[in-house]
Amino acid sequence: MYKIDPKTGLQKFYAKDGTKSVISAIISILIGMVVGTLIIVIVGLTKDGITPSGIIEGVKLVFFGVFNTGRTAGEITFGFNPVSMGNLLFRATPLIMTGLSVAVAFKTGLFNIGAAGQYLMGTAASLYIALSLPSDVIAPWIIWILAFLAGMIAGAIWGCIPGMLKAFLNINEVITCIMTNWIAANLVTWFFDVHEALKNGSDSGKVGYTRPTATNGVETTDLWLDKIFPGSQVNGGIIIAIIIAIVMYIIMSKTTFGYQLKACGSNRDAAKYAGINDKKNIIYSMAIAGALAGAGAALYYLAGNTEFFWSTYQSLPSEGFNGIPVALLAANHPIGVVFSGCFMSMLNIAGMQLKIMTAYNEYVTDIIIAAIVYLSAFSMIIKMFLNKKKKQKASDSENSDRLEDESQQATQEGGEQ
Amino acid sequence: MVFLIQQTMLYAIPLMIVALAGIFAERSGVINLALEGTMVFGAFVGVLFVRIMQQGYVFDQSQGQILMVLALIVVAICGALFSLLLSFSAITLKADQTIGGTALNMLAPALVLFFINLIAQQNVLRMASGDAAGWFMIKPSTFGLERDHDFGFLGNLLINKVYLTTYICLAIFIILSIILYKTKFGLRLRSCGENPHASDSLGINVYKMRYIGVTISGALAGIGGFTYALTTANCASTGEVAGYGFLALAVMIFGNWTPLNVAFGGILFGLFKCIAATYSSLDINGDGVYLLAEIGISPYVYRMLPYLITLIVLAFTSKKSRVPKAEGIPYDKGLR
Repeated sequence: MYKIDPKTGLQKFYAKDGTKSVISAIISILIGMVVGTLIIVIVGLTKDGITPSGIIEGVKLVFFGVFNTGRTAGEITFGFNPVSMGNLLFRATPLIMTGLSVAVAFKTGLFNIGAAGQYLMGTAASLYIALSLPSDVIAPWIIWILAFLAGMIAGAIWGCIPGMLKAFLNINEVITCIMTNWIAANLVTWFFDVHEALKNGSDSGKVGYTRPTATNGVETTDLWLDKIFPGSQVNGGIIIAIIIAIVMYIIMSKTTFGYQLKACGSNRDAAKYAGINDKKNIIYSMAIAGALAGAGAALYYLAGNTEFFWSTYQSLPSEGFNGIPVALLAANHPIGVVFSGCFMSMLNIAGMQLKIMTAYNEYVTDIIIAAIVYLSAFSMIIKMFLNKKKKQKASDSENSDRLEDESQQATQEGGEQ
Repeated sequence: MVFLIQQTMLYAIPLMIVALAGIFAERSGVINLALEGTMVFGAFVGVLFVRIMQQGYVFDQSQGQILMVLALIVVAICGALFSLLLSFSAITLKADQTIGGTALNMLAPALVLFFINLIAQQNVLRMASGDAAGWFMIKPSTFGLERDHDFGFLGNLLINKVYLTTYICLAIFIILSIILYKTKFGLRLRSCGENPHASDSLGINVYKMRYIGVTISGALAGIGGFTYALTTANCASTGEVAGYGFLALAVMIFGNWTPLNVAFGGILFGLFKCIAATYSSLDINGDGVYLLAEIGISPYVYRMLPYLITLIVLAFTSKKSRVPKAEGIPYDKGLR
C-alpha cells in the first residue's frame, strides 16, 4: 500500500506521524484507565465496607466524574454539569501552560522538570503586582496586564538559570531544575512571609494564604463563559491559554526560530555545524519554557477569587509536575497540549468526585496519571508496533492487489482472444 | 557538639545510602531518577510493616531492634521490586530513562497516599503504638542501665541515643563500595556504564548487569527511605521524603560518582540540613548561646543553603565531572 496517495500527492491520514501519536496516546490513556479500574475493583473486593455497588460507582466516576450531577434516591446520576465543566476548563488553564512549557523545552532536547519553580516565581511576581499597585490610580485592566507580564518575566528569568548552566557549563538541566525548584519554594515563602500586606488577614482559618486579587479589583474577564457554565470558576484565561498554544504552534513549526530550536533538540552538534548558535537557543528555549509556566501561574492566580497558599517551602505546586504528563501525552505538540491539559483536569475533577461520593480517595486518579506517564515513556514502542502492523497489512494487501491485477489481465487477454 | 554530630549523621546517612543507590544504577548505565519515589515507597512499606507487626503483637518494645532489622530487610526487597518497573522500561523496552523515572516518582506518592488514606483515613500513617524513639532508639535502658547513665564523650557520641540503622547503613555502604571497586563483579558493572558494547564483546550480559545495578539501587533507596522515616519523621509515612531522593542525586553528582566523595558530600549536606532544621535551638559550643538564632538570618536562607551550594559547586566542578559515559543511553545490541 502507498503511504502517499498517488492521486493527491498527500500523506494518507493513517500514515501521518500525528495520527500515530494520537493513537498511541489513546492506548496509553486506556491502559492507564484500566489500571485505575483494576485498583478500584481489587481494593473494593478486599476491603470490607465497600459494597459491589460502591465498586461500580467508583469505576463510573473515574470515567465520567465530570458528568456527575449528584445523587438522587441513592443512585449517582449523570448529565451535563455546568459547574464541573467550567471548573474543568478553569483548572486546565495552568496545566495547559505548564504542559506547553515542558513541551517546548522537550523540542529543544531539554527536560524541564523545573516548571514547578518557574510557576512559583510567576505566582509571586504576578500576585505582588496585582495586590500592591493601587487600583484607584491605575485602571485594573492595566494592572492585570502588568501582573501577567511580571509573571511571565519572573518565570523566564527562573527558567534561564538552568538554561545558562546547561549552555555554558553543560550541567544536566534535570539536577539544576530540581535545585532551582526548591530554592524558588524557599524564596517565595520568604517573600510572602515578610510582606504582610499580601496576606489574607481578614478571614479566619486562612492562615498562610494570600489575599484574592479581587480585593484589589483585579480579575480576569469572564468573556461570557460564565453564562455558558454558571456557578463555575471559568474565565477568559482558558481562551488566552488556547491562543498562546496556537502561537507556540506557529512559532515552533512555521518559523526559522522554531526550526533552530528543534534542530538543537534533535542533534546539537549537527545544528552547530549548520551554523546555529546552540548555546543561545538552549537559553531561549528555557526562557520561553519558564515564561509559559509563569504565565500559567498568572492566569490561575489573577482569576480574582483564587488564593495562594504561600507557606510552600516544604512542597512544590503539583501544576508544575503535572505539566510533564500533559506534554508527554500530547507528544509535545502545542495544540495537543490543549486537549491533554483538559483531559488531566478532567481526571482531577473525577478524583474529587470520587472522594466526595465514595469510600475511595482522589489519589486513584494520580495513580492513573502516573501509569499514563510510565506508558508514554515507551510510546515510541507502541508507535513502532503500529508501524509493524501496518507494514504486515500493507504487504498482505499488496499481494492480493497483484493477484487481482493478474486475474484481470488474464480475463482481458482471454476476451481479446 | 555531641548533639550536632549525631543530628548531622541522622540526616547524612539516608543521603549517603541513597546516593550510593544512584551510583550503582548510573555506573551500570541507567539514570535512576526514581530514587525519590523508591524512598517514598520504602518509607511506606517499612512503616506499614512495623504497624502490622505491632498490631499482631509479634514483637514487644524490648525487641524493637529485631523488628527494625526485619523491617529493613522487607523494605530492601520491596524497593528492589519497585525498581524493577524502571528496569523493565529502561532496559528491556529501551524507553527514555528520565521519563520512566519521573513516572515512578509520580506513582509512588500516589499509590502510597491512596493506601494510607484507605488504612488510616488521613494523609499520614503512623506506628500503631509508641514512638520511634521509644521502640528503636539505643539508649541506656537498652543495655539495662539507668536512664541518665554517662558513657563518657565517645560513648555518648556512639551508643547513646542513636539508631542502629546508622551503623547498619554505614556497614552496607562500606561493603558495597568495596564490592563495586575491588571485585570482578564491580568491574563488570562499571564497564557496562562506560562502554557496554566492549563489555558485551567480552561476554558480559549487559542487560543482566544493568538489571542487577538498578535492583541494588532500588533496595538501597528503599532502605534509605525507611531510615529517613524512622530517624527524622518519627516512623511516619506521609507520601513524601522532602526531596531527599533528588538531593541524593545532587550529592552523587557532587561526589563525582565515587563512594568516598559521596560520603563526604553526604556529611556536608547532612550538616546543612541539620542546621536548617535545628538552627534555632543549636548550641554549638555548649555555652547556652544560640548563635545561629541570634544572628537573625531568615530561616529560609538556611533551608535554601543545601540547594544553593549544590548549584554553585556543580558550576565550579562541571569541567572535572566524570559522568559514566554510557549513562542514559539504552543498550541496543544491534548498534555494535
